[in-house]
Amino acid sequence: MAEMMQFDLVSPERRLTSVQASEVQIPGAEGDFTAMAQHAPVITTLRPGVLKVVTASGTDEYLVTGGFAEVGVAGTSVLAERAFAKADVTPELLEDLIKEANLQRDANNTDMAAKYADDLVAASTQISG
Amino acid sequence: MPNLKVLKNRIASVKSTRKITKAMQMVAAAKLRRAQEAAEAGRPYAERFNAVMAQLAGGVSGDSGPKLLVGNGSNQTHLLVVMTAERGLCGGFNGNIAKLARVAANKLMAEGKTVKILTVGKKGREALKRELGSHFIGHVDLSDVKKLGYDNAATIAQDLLTRFDAGEFDVAKIFYSTFQSVISQTPTEQQIIPADFSHVEVGEQSTVYDYEPGEEAILADLLPRAVATQIFSALLENGASEQGARMSAMDNATRNAGDMIDKLTIQYNRSRQAVITNELIEIISGAEAL
Repeated sequence: MAEMMQFDLVSPERRLTSVQASEVQIPGAEGDFTAMAQHAPVITTLRPGVLKVVTASGTDEYLVTGGFAEVGVAGTSVLAERAFAKADVTPELLEDLIKEANLQRDANNTDMAAKYADDLVAASTQISG
Repeated sequence: MPNLKVLKNRIASVKSTRKITKAMQMVAAAKLRRAQEAAEAGRPYAERFNAVMAQLAGGVSGDSGPKLLVGNGSNQTHLLVVMTAERGLCGGFNGNIAKLARVAANKLMAEGKTVKILTVGKKGREALKRELGSHFIGHVDLSDVKKLGYDNAATIAQDLLTRFDAGEFDVAKIFYSTFQSVISQTPTEQQIIPADFSHVEVGEQSTVYDYEPGEEAILADLLPRAVATQIFSALLENGASEQGARMSAMDNATRNAGDMIDKLTIQYNRSRQAVITNELIEIISGAEAL
C-alpha cells in the first residue's frame, strides 16, 4: 500500500474534495506531473486539464480550468478557478466552456487565450472519452 | 380621545405591518443560512490563496515586482469600490458602509488626492450620490443575480484590472461589511491594488518551494486572480452581513409592532369602557330623573 497524503481540491465557491490520496495527477502549466507523498514542495500554475486523484477507494477525475497547485509537506492542495467532478461534466457544460474560451481567444488574440482554448478542447476530449 | 373606529383601524394596520416584518425576518433567516454556508464554503480557497500569495509576495523585494503588487509608483488617484446591498430595510447596513466610504473619500480629498468611486449595489450608490456623485465612474448591478458566483467577482475584477492597466487609478480599495454575527457586522476597508498581504499570517516559513514556471511568472498569473478572490470573499461576507442585518432589523421591527399593538389595544379597551360607562351614567341619571 502506497503512503497516503492529504489532498484538497477547492474552488472559490466550495471545497470539492478533501481526502487521503496515494497519488494525484496534476495538469501543470509546464507539463503534467504526479504528486505522491514526500514529493518535493512545489507551487505550479495549472492549465485546463484533467486532474486524477487515486485514493484507497478508487480513482476520481475532475476537470479543472486553471488555478494553481501547492504540493507541500503537509499534503497537496489544488486551488482551481473552476473545477467539476467527472460526474458533473455534461456535453453542454463542455460546450459552454469551449464557446467561452473561443470568444476570449477571438477577443484577445493572444497566445495565452489560444492555448487556453486548445488545452480546454484537449481536456474535454480526454474526460468525455 | 380618538374614537373607537380610528383606533381599530390603527390596530389592524399595525398588525399587518407586523405580519410583513415577521415574514421578512423569516425570509432573511433562511437566506442568511444560505449566505453563511456560501461564505464558509469560500473560506478555504481564500485562506490558502492568501497564504500562498503572502509567501510569494514576501519573496519579492524592492520595486522590481509586478505593478499589482508594488504599485505603479504613484499614489495620486484612489479608486473606492463601495459594495452594498441591492435592497434596503436592513437597518444600518448600507448606511454604515456608505459612511465609511464617505469618510475615507473626504479624507483623501483633503489630502489633495483624486477620488474615483465604483459602486456595487444600488443602495450605496443612492447613499453617496448627493455628496460624491461627481466622482462616480461606474456601477455594477447585481440585482438580477440570484446566487453570487465567482464569475460575478471575476467580472468586477476584470473591470478593475482593465482600468488599472489604462492608468485610471493608482490605488484601489474595497468597502464592504464583514460578518461577525447576526447582530454585528463591521464595515471594513481593504486595499486590493496594490495587493497588501501584510494582514495574512504566514505560517511556518520552513518549506522552500520550487516554482513552476518561475516565481515571477506565477506571481504575475496569480495577482489578477487574487483581486478576484478578494472581491469574491468580500461579496460573500457582504451577502451574509446584509441578511444578518436585515434579520435583526426586522426582528426589532416585529417587536416594536407588537409593543405598539399592546399599547393601542389598551387604549382601545379604555375608550370602549369609557363609552360604556358613559352610557350607563346616562341611563341611570335618566331613570333617577323619573
